[in-house]
Amino acid sequence: MGNTSSMLTQYDIEEVQQHCNNAFSQQEIVSLYERFCQLDRNGGGFVSGEEFLSVPEFAVNPLSQRLLRMLDGLNFKEFVAFLSAFSPRATVQQKIEFIFKVYDSDGNGKVTFNDMLDVLHDLTGQFISEQQREVDLILEMPLFTDCKQVLTKVLEEAGYNKESLLVMSDFVKILGSSGLKMEVEVPVD
Amino acid sequence: MNSSEGKLKSSSSELDLDRPNIEDYLPSGSSIQEPHGKLRLRDLLDISPALTEAAGAIVDDSFTRCFKSNPPEPWNWNVYLFPLWCCGVVFRYLILFPMRALILTIGWIIFLSCFIPVHFLLKGNDNLRKKMERALVELICSFFVASWTGVVKYHGPRPSMRPKQVFVANHTSMIDFIILEQMTAFAVIMQKHPGWVGLLQSTILESVGCIWFNRSEAKDREIVTRKLREHSQGADNNPLLIFPEGTCVNNQYSVMFKKGAFELGCTVCPIAIKYNKIFVDAFWNSRKQSFTMHLLQLMTSWAVVCDVWYLEPQNLRPGETPIEFAERIRDIISVRAGLKKVPWDGYLKYSRPSPKHRERKQQSFAESVLRGLELEEK
Repeated sequence: MGNTSSMLTQYDIEEVQQHCNNAFSQQEIVSLYERFCQLDRNGGGFVSGEEFLSVPEFAVNPLSQRLLRMLDGLNFKEFVAFLSAFSPRATVQQKIEFIFKVYDSDGNGKVTFNDMLDVLHDLTGQFISEQQREVDLILEMPLFTDCKQVLTKVLEEAGYNKESLLVMSDFVKILGSSGLKMEVEVPVD
Repeated sequence: MNSSEGKLKSSSSELDLDRPNIEDYLPSGSSIQEPHGKLRLRDLLDISPALTEAAGAIVDDSFTRCFKSNPPEPWNWNVYLFPLWCCGVVFRYLILFPMRALILTIGWIIFLSCFIPVHFLLKGNDNLRKKMERALVELICSFFVASWTGVVKYHGPRPSMRPKQVFVANHTSMIDFIILEQMTAFAVIMQKHPGWVGLLQSTILESVGCIWFNRSEAKDREIVTRKLREHSQGADNNPLLIFPEGTCVNNQYSVMFKKGAFELGCTVCPIAIKYNKIFVDAFWNSRKQSFTMHLLQLMTSWAVVCDVWYLEPQNLRPGETPIEFAERIRDIISVRAGLKKVPWDGYLKYSRPSPKHRERKQQSFAESVLRGLELEEK
């Protein structure tokens, strides 16, 4: 079935488990390894972007390109660590950290207005257009038809502004109370 | 309340005539977070649903599952069972296999010694020639089936030769065709293969009337549709057998049917095929083995046991689109053969999904963002 040269030894499993802070049980790690081998079709020891994109459910996800940047070139241990935020045993803090990392594309610990705008664009595609500006003739108010304006308005209401640089603690404050649901079940036969 | 005041650029695929709604199949909790009530910063920043969906796809996805060949459970664990298993292997490879190869060779000799004369000598007398060639093709298929010790149980009334009807079946391996062909001479539509299979296709299968297509050619589809239509209208053409999945699936799932077979204006007769995995896994994983290896694997296993159900012919209902018709037939076949349906196009094995699916998700998220904004202005 799998075409990688090495089978997982008990030592390997424990090492991976430690690396991901016990987010997954040993059985789950074995299943993840099978899956990793299944995805890694050319047996290179890592799953390339192309191989991830061959999973249609992943390819149609609006955030797939962003995630690919984080997933590219990961070996199995790092792959499991990446997925650890989605384990039911992960804390809310870990999940928020993961979300922060998705936003913080340059990895400097600060999320800028542009970072947030980029993600919003990924999620809404071309369906909130940039150019059109409409004015409601009855209320005589400018309508928010633009991602920038939407984001600016919502930021200001939350007490930030366009120049704010959000850090991890800001994210915790904003997302911490919302009952974050971010879990994936690893199938174990 | 006016309807959405924000101007939404309409999706490039408003009327998605090409496939049924995927959202009907995927779990309902999988849409991007839809903010309720007034739009807040956390609604925009919380990308957890999209991330969860992506991670879920990385960990396990319904498309890859369709093409996973499940190796049979090994049972030769202990001192008692292992020698038994070894005896089995010896028997299969050293006794069964030569016997089967012999049967197959005899079959080919008989076939070729009848087929070649008939093909050339009866050139003038087309009707008789066609009849004899059909019988001969049925014969060689029976030999093939015997060479794997095929135990095929046919259920349902045998298909009758009538014009304006096509047969559709689920597809697990090219042997599906052989198994069905030994009962009734069908004309089939197939992907042209290289090697000895291609040779067989161009010589012998021509006699039962086959249509070739080439997956990689874009224009090909129109040509093939035209040929299908012509064939199905002709009264003395063999009934057409089509595998609408377009690719081999592992006999536990069914992928979406291509609508080509369902818009010919003919009656569609569904056929369901289910292989019994205990004896051999008949799924031909074309990415993993060549057809020759696949046949050899079959010939060195105990038997190929399968059930074939000829199901009730169906017609397009008034007001039904060909897509809905295809889905209805897929449902009938999947229920009969115990297959789980997945919403993916089999051709995604070879290409990426169209941007339509992603656009639909983006559109629904954009709409809910704008809706959340509207609520503040009231």
